[in-house]
Amino acid sequence: MIFAIILLPLFSFLVISFVLRPFFNNRPQLSAYTTICAIVGSLILSIWALIAVNGAENHVLTSTSYQWLAIGDTVINIGITMDSLAAIMVVTVSTISLLVQIYSIGYMKGDGGFARYFAFMSLFTASMLGLVLADNLLFLFLFWEGVGLCSYLLIGFWFHKPEAARAAMKAFVVTRLGDFGFLVAIIFLYVKTGTFDIGELHELALAGVLGGSTLTLAAIGIFSGAVGKSGQFPLHTWLPDAMEGPTPVSALIHAATMVTAGVYLVARMFPMIASSETAITVVAIIGGFTAIFAATMGLVATDIKRVLAYSTISQLGYMMLGLGAVGIGYASGHLDGHHALTLGVAVAIFHLFTHAFFKSLLFLGSGSTSHATGTFDMRKMGGLRKVQPWTYVTFVIGSLSLAGIWPLAGFWSKEGILHEAHAYTPVLFWLAMITVFMTAFYMFRAVFLTFHGEYRGGKEGSHSHGLHESPKIIIIPLVILAIFAVIAGWLPVGDFLGADVHFSFFGALTSWLAWASLSFGIAGILLAYIIYVRKLLSAKSIGQSLGPVYTLLIRKYFFDELYERFFVMRFLVDGIFAVFQWIDTYIVDGSVNGIATITVAGGKVMRRLETGQLQVYGLAIFIGILAIIAFLFIFS
Amino acid sequence: MDLYLLSPEISLLALALVVILLDLFIGRKWILGWVSIIGLIVPVIFTLSLWGRNETSFGGALAVDHFSLFFHLFFLGVAALVLLSSTEFARKFAAFRAEYYALILLAATGMMLLASTRELISIFVALELTGISLYVLTGFLKDPKSSEAGLKYLLLGAVASAVFLYGMALVFGLTGTTYLEGIAAAISAEGLLGSPALLMGIVLLVAGFGFKIAAVPFQMWVPDVYEGAPTPITAYLSVASKAAGFAVILRVFYEALGPASLDWGMIFAVLAAITMTVGNIVAIAQKNIKRMLGYSSIAMAGYLMIGLAAVTTEASSALIFFLACYALTNLGAFIAIIAISNKINSDEISDYSGMVRRAPLYALALALCLISLTGIPPTAGFMAKIYIFSAGVNAELLWLVIIAVINSVISAYYYLRVVRVMFLGEPLSKEGVHASSGLRVALSISCLGVLLLGIYPWMLLKFAETAASIFLP
Repeated sequence: MIFAIILLPLFSFLVISFVLRPFFNNRPQLSAYTTICAIVGSLILSIWALIAVNGAENHVLTSTSYQWLAIGDTVINIGITMDSLAAIMVVTVSTISLLVQIYSIGYMKGDGGFARYFAFMSLFTASMLGLVLADNLLFLFLFWEGVGLCSYLLIGFWFHKPEAARAAMKAFVVTRLGDFGFLVAIIFLYVKTGTFDIGELHELALAGVLGGSTLTLAAIGIFSGAVGKSGQFPLHTWLPDAMEGPTPVSALIHAATMVTAGVYLVARMFPMIASSETAITVVAIIGGFTAIFAATMGLVATDIKRVLAYSTISQLGYMMLGLGAVGIGYASGHLDGHHALTLGVAVAIFHLFTHAFFKSLLFLGSGSTSHATGTFDMRKMGGLRKVQPWTYVTFVIGSLSLAGIWPLAGFWSKEGILHEAHAYTPVLFWLAMITVFMTAFYMFRAVFLTFHGEYRGGKEGSHSHGLHESPKIIIIPLVILAIFAVIAGWLPVGDFLGADVHFSFFGALTSWLAWASLSFGIAGILLAYIIYVRKLLSAKSIGQSLGPVYTLLIRKYFFDELYERFFVMRFLVDGIFAVFQWIDTYIVDGSVNGIATITVAGGKVMRRLETGQLQVYGLAIFIGILAIIAFLFIFS
Repeated sequence: MDLYLLSPEISLLALALVVILLDLFIGRKWILGWVSIIGLIVPVIFTLSLWGRNETSFGGALAVDHFSLFFHLFFLGVAALVLLSSTEFARKFAAFRAEYYALILLAATGMMLLASTRELISIFVALELTGISLYVLTGFLKDPKSSEAGLKYLLLGAVASAVFLYGMALVFGLTGTTYLEGIAAAISAEGLLGSPALLMGIVLLVAGFGFKIAAVPFQMWVPDVYEGAPTPITAYLSVASKAAGFAVILRVFYEALGPASLDWGMIFAVLAAITMTVGNIVAIAQKNIKRMLGYSSIAMAGYLMIGLAAVTTEASSALIFFLACYALTNLGAFIAIIAISNKINSDEISDYSGMVRRAPLYALALALCLISLTGIPPTAGFMAKIYIFSAGVNAELLWLVIIAVINSVISAYYYLRVVRVMFLGEPLSKEGVHASSGLRVALSISCLGVLLLGIYPWMLLKFAETAASIFLP
């Protein structure tokens, strides 16, 4: 039954690519319905699994592993784990995926690649669900690459746009750097322990069999995969560019699901990674730094989707910070065993859960504004509040939730992370608090620039039929997501994941931490209000007075330049590639030319033999027989 | 004598005759193709109804066991795919379309018999039934190239048959029987092992069968015939005819010549090394895609022979598994080529330039099959190579496996060159490619199979193991 969660969307992909696209291409809407039916099926099964897990002993549903391959004595099984972590993830993934597919019917209407789009989306959903359910690293890695492939295909969906093709390639190459470390870690662990099974690896790590530098190296290798996939520093550069893909893709893949796979991976491997103090400290520092680093770039971005992309990177950093902070508490002995391991997963996954709803809401909202204006550039928007009331209200709810305003979803999950960070990593805690301020600021900067003031787009930017609210099929998913963006924080996700989190609706307001983060958030909103609505301060003059800093931010800390000009051009092209070039010219080409000469010579011989004359062919058969006989009598 | 055991072959023969008879009454000839495709269900049902039986009939000349039933399904499946891909191609023939379909069915009948007979004379008859049908099919286009190919195939086939008959006669003369079991018993009982006459007989049998599977040095007919034959028939030759050759080799060499396995194991090992190397190296130089796939199929025969050289049950099952993977892959490649060539009227690789932009689905399918032929995961070809190589290593044929791996690397050069031309080249025109629905169905089945076996080979592998389990070395 649990396998069906993966197989349904996979089946939908196969049906669309091998039946609907070749034979019913004139009725593309069929592929959308197929996808939606399959995902509804997955969602129902996921909810069933969630309930069953809740009732099961130890919160784990056991399922049979099937033998997949046996090469010699090495047996590789296909198996799935349905525990509370996986159950939360499959429900999140299938819910968001379903809403995004419904939205896509409206958003992608009339696109020539409609069926192709839904085929990729199905394949993506199947891979993502498989990634979450896999019980061994090899199987997980297969799906990990699967979602990476789908991301590549979907970012470059409009491949005729050169920026899209370039962004797809960039995403693929940059994440591959992290995946390389991940793959090396998997092989390394297999060589050391002889198993790919995640449960067994945890047991080995907790028992201390797997420890020392072996464990640290493997844990950092696995984390490097997560860094690539979740766009953490220094592999963050691909995610903002990935916004060239269709907006529903950004909402599903680059906000709610695939990019969270990195966080999921660290959570899944948490007992193992947290057993190495070095590795878990790296996780905390990278997470905390990415959170504030990405937020600063979000302050100045002018493309609404890029603001959201930086925000996603920043929030993923938060989740990593939550895992890292608890892990440091565990590794330094402040927290005791089982409780710490569940607590870390609980705070990070709770934020992942709420973030999935409000961030996909914000992405879909930005898509709705672009549906009206034909652009994502906030400088050409403004005043949409009046024409798009639904989009406006839902977008504001999402922004408030993201800014961590009580009692919306983001508040609860963010509090959990801040609380742990305060306890175990004080420095990172203060960075996170500043990030709260920045987050509130850039989100409301976006709200005010997009929806308030006067429309600045002029005629040429907008669709011919003028500004309008989006159709129902786009609004309904927004409203549903907005409801979740409010209530998702009230759900007992933390308890379900095994950590005792005391939820008290008003009681939360009694701690100083809550008041501190709320004040930081409200301050951010107010500042945005002062600058962009009341215009008491001019954004331009602030930018000028902070000249070099502003340039640094708007040029994204020169990371693209660093990677492309320095790393790729100087280091790779002038350095390593030059060496390869030499090897290629003198050694490879030399031998290829040699082989070519031999082949040509061989070809001449063959040509002489292959005269097309039957007698020669017949003669060859007899010479062959004689040769075999001679061989036999000589050697036997 | 239980005629029911022969029902798959009889029903297939009947189907061929029905198609020819229908030709007299039916004006719309396209119906004939679909009759032959749908009619294949009958022998399939008969085969399935026999599933699990392990019996012999006709005085021991016919065996119905897992091995023969596996190959029944195999040949029926291949015939179905070839027929599906022929529906459009057959319009090129001015006349005799019914005969074309019927001959495909007759050849399949012969191949099914080859997998299930256990008596040398019957094997010879089955070989000739297969062979003659295929000679005619090769020359079916009636243009100079096709006719020349048909004639060459016929004459060289006759030479091979003669060689095979000499071998048979020698073995019969030594052992006094044509039944495979009897031959094995006589070899052991009369101490014939190592006798030069028996060795001579084995060599001649190897040569006769080597012609069928296109092993070097009996492969020379391949490029000319593959290039000249109608493309669906080239696919048929490269897949079914080769598989039939391997099926009959397994039957004859394990059941009759099992005691002499040391001798023929070594012959096949050496032939395997030479065959794959010659096939791959010459394939590099080819400019015509059908010729290239011809040499590629020679190289494949080399990999397949590792399964014969190892002489273990594991190796035989790996060989059977390889045959199934190779069949799907090669059929997929040829079907994609039929679709594309029909449009561009050329088999030159250079004319495939930029094909991904003109016919993305067909180009992708062809690329998938070429990747599978190279042996890159996640495709059937990868799994097939893994299993046959590991069987080779387990049978202490490490040297042969090393040669095979080097050959696989060489082969990547010419397979992926086609992919490169299709994906990176500039399209020569903007015209798209459209093919009949039958062809698209066949292509979808092959490509799905290639992927499925690359991801989940377990079930087929179990079937292959059951089929091979009847041969104990």
